[in-house]
Amino acid sequence: MSKRIELQDVDIYYGKFHAVRQVNMTIQPRAVTAFIGSSGCGKSTVLRSLNRMHEVIEGAYVTGQVLLDGVDLYARDVDPVRVRRQVGMVFQRPNPFPTMSIRDNVLAGVRLNNARVSRKESDELVEKSLRGANLWNEVKDRLDRPGSGLSGGQQQRLCIARAIAVSPDVILMDEPCSALDPISTLAIEELIHELKEEYTVVIVTHNMQQAARVSDQTAFFNLKAQGQPGELIEFGDTEKIFHNPEEKATEDYITGRFG
Amino acid sequence: MSTSTSPAEATSTPPEDSRHALKHSSKRFGDTLFKALSTGSGITILVILAAVAVFLVGLSVPALLADPEDLPYGEFWAYVLPFAFGTVWAAALAMLFAVPVSIGIALFLTHYAPRRVATTFGYIIDLLAAVPSVVFGLWGINTLAPLVRPLFIWLEANLGWIPLFAGPVSGTGRTVLTAALVLAVMVLPIITALCREVFLQTPRLHEEASLALGATRWEMIRQAVLPFGTPGIISACMLGLGRALGETMAVAMVLSPGETIHFKLLTSDNPNTIASNIALAFPEAYGLGVNQLIATGLVLFVITLVVNMGARWVISRRREFSGAN
Amino acid sequence: MSTTTRSRESKLSLTAGQLPRFTWLALLVLAYAVTAGVLAVGSVMSLGAVVVIGSLLFLVAIFALSSAVEGRRKAVDRLFRYVFVGFFLLALAPLVSLVWQVVSKGMERFDLQYFTYSMRNVIGEGGGASHAIAGTLIVTGIATLISVPIGLLTAIFLQEYGGQGRLASSIRFFVDVMTGIPSIVAGLFAYTIFSALFGAGTRNGFSGAIALCILMIPTVVRSTEEMLRLVPNELREASYALGVPKFRTILKVVLPTSIAGIITGAVLAVARIIGETAPLLVTAGLNPSLNTNPFDTQMSTLPVFVYYQYVTPGIPQEPFYDRAWAGALTLILIVMGLNLFGRLLAWRFAPKPGR
Repeated sequence: MSKRIELQDVDIYYGKFHAVRQVNMTIQPRAVTAFIGSSGCGKSTVLRSLNRMHEVIEGAYVTGQVLLDGVDLYARDVDPVRVRRQVGMVFQRPNPFPTMSIRDNVLAGVRLNNARVSRKESDELVEKSLRGANLWNEVKDRLDRPGSGLSGGQQQRLCIARAIAVSPDVILMDEPCSALDPISTLAIEELIHELKEEYTVVIVTHNMQQAARVSDQTAFFNLKAQGQPGELIEFGDTEKIFHNPEEKATEDYITGRFG
Repeated sequence: MSTSTSPAEATSTPPEDSRHALKHSSKRFGDTLFKALSTGSGITILVILAAVAVFLVGLSVPALLADPEDLPYGEFWAYVLPFAFGTVWAAALAMLFAVPVSIGIALFLTHYAPRRVATTFGYIIDLLAAVPSVVFGLWGINTLAPLVRPLFIWLEANLGWIPLFAGPVSGTGRTVLTAALVLAVMVLPIITALCREVFLQTPRLHEEASLALGATRWEMIRQAVLPFGTPGIISACMLGLGRALGETMAVAMVLSPGETIHFKLLTSDNPNTIASNIALAFPEAYGLGVNQLIATGLVLFVITLVVNMGARWVISRRREFSGAN
Repeated sequence: MSTTTRSRESKLSLTAGQLPRFTWLALLVLAYAVTAGVLAVGSVMSLGAVVVIGSLLFLVAIFALSSAVEGRRKAVDRLFRYVFVGFFLLALAPLVSLVWQVVSKGMERFDLQYFTYSMRNVIGEGGGASHAIAGTLIVTGIATLISVPIGLLTAIFLQEYGGQGRLASSIRFFVDVMTGIPSIVAGLFAYTIFSALFGAGTRNGFSGAIALCILMIPTVVRSTEEMLRLVPNELREASYALGVPKFRTILKVVLPTSIAGIITGAVLAVARIIGETAPLLVTAGLNPSLNTNPFDTQMSTLPVFVYYQYVTPGIPQEPFYDRAWAGALTLILIVMGLNLFGRLLAWRFAPKPGR
């Protein structure tokens, strides 16, 4: 299931604005990769370029290559809709569909694609996905209640269940805990640990302790100067980035002298 | 589906089989169809408006070019001028009454009335907007006109030296002032509803900043609410004015019409409005008379268009200064 | 806000002169009583005069009193408060008197016969408005069937596809222009287009529906666009991120989320046009008999029926006036019913659970 992602000479633009410059990196399968860096350095932008969500914003585009197990996501005949089925995403704020029940939320990805699933299959899928998101025990008695009635942390895990229900190869998480309390955050972090058994996980986070706790590899992004495009400064094993970084900027950021 | 593609598409040659999964199955049919449908609807609107313009202008031209001798209502511009005057005059009077009252009500609903009842009060005012104009016409003739006639007599007797109130007072009370009052009642809910929305958007911070300086409620409104809301108030008034200019039935029923240009408010010889004149004359019109009436409709359209454009211009100019979004 | 001239003493004090709580009420009653008394002496007693002059007297009195006790700033504040409340009550007056009048006069003929008979072969008493009610329902129904899909799809185009592009901007602009078209002009347009296509003087229910469409489409576009804008972008992104194509995202996520507001907007748009008289006067026209074919001859509608019953009464006039008032009552009931229904929908679905 899990796939490797290679970024080659990736440049990202919002219209005329050059947001991120020349990113080259290889994201390993069955591992958690964390993107860290100060606000506005383009880490979320890079994340969104990995499943072509970036171009949902008007005027935004990407140059270079993003290879998913060798297939360029930006090749001419690639359908972004299909890309997103293989590369799932969890957002900063939990966003379950307000008109749907918990069950329907989990099934949303399958149902909205008009796939016909039998009741039995869908029951199995719901249970499997919710178990995968460590939410099954909490909601199994109220699958038909609206998803928006859950707590913030439960909603976020529901969104993760929704993302894994379409059985992607990669799961992208854009600051998944920034809107949650510490206990919910812990639950999500434990879940991330389990997810990497099956998926390639990429997580953007503002919280350096979190990056240190959950990730195997860490990428540090930064701006050279205000108004300049963001850049990948350093990328390597989390252990090394946090304890023995090569770049001065990384060390400054990690030790809190900056940003 | 998406509005952009990557300009530089570097091509690599990955293994064909895994690549297949990401390819367009076909050009996604549903997306294409749905986009075409919705774009088509938008274009339909443009076509409709173009048709409106073409037909109105096309059928007005014969009346504008014809020999005045042949026109049932005489020379076109001489014919339309009193009505154009009446339209603007009645609408202006209506605005004179409606604007301060509407703003006052909007302020009452947003800043004075207890929150529990404010919404209900708002609905009650909105109900005025739900009354069909023909019903306002009936009410104007039967209730308002007899009610205001004593006031008219008093005005003429005591203030008759002012040209506005010169006599003789209409025996029915169905004067331009009465019609303007009915129009005022009709546009009042429109202006109130829009102003209310604008006032509700005043940033709480501005209001609290003002109150924290020791302002009374009225001073707070003057310092924070009104300056913030000015562009919104102007656009609300302009929309109300557009409605008042185009209102037909209430005026057609209430006003005892004439074809004169004067500012006397209380007499039985009143300048009719364009819209009301069309409604009254159209059923019996024939030949070039129809074209002539359509041409007056075109004049009315131009007047309302100018008002609406004016509103838009004011808003776009003021927006930069107001701090509104 | 001049604090400069205050003495040191009053600067320290947090209390100030204040009028007792119900002073205003006492003063108001007093003002009305005085006015009534004076007018009675002059023997020009009328309720309207008492209320108007009494209210003005009250404003002057409370301002003077408050100025003396509470200071000028407080007095101004009070003055505006009472003026605004007064404006609100002033606006209620026409509504109350209108409703009262329509109900009291309309009940005269608000009977079974009114809703089951047409005006066919009726020259005096009796008859009814069934043909006009049917006409209104047909014409409004056709207008709704045309306007809602066009308006809805256009709003979807503007909000989901058009963005800030040139086509979208020009459509937005022209929808605004359309909002400003006077209703009589919409009627003239429908009249001219039918004259051109089907011969001079063609009038039927369908041309009336077209006229109403001109008025209804911009309202639907605007309210729908407003509702679509309220759908959080996060939901669209969540759907895209699941690999859902855009049109399915719109159909299954965006529209269901905003459907209550869209329906409310459509209902209010119907309520707005169902009482339109002027455009139908020049298009659908008048027909004393029931006509259910919108493509055949003229078709009576309720507002036009009311208008003609009132302005061209026969002799005796009373039955005609009664029919007009009963029609007005029916119209008001329909429009207010639609309004209430629309608001109820909005209120029922507005508080999205938990969000």
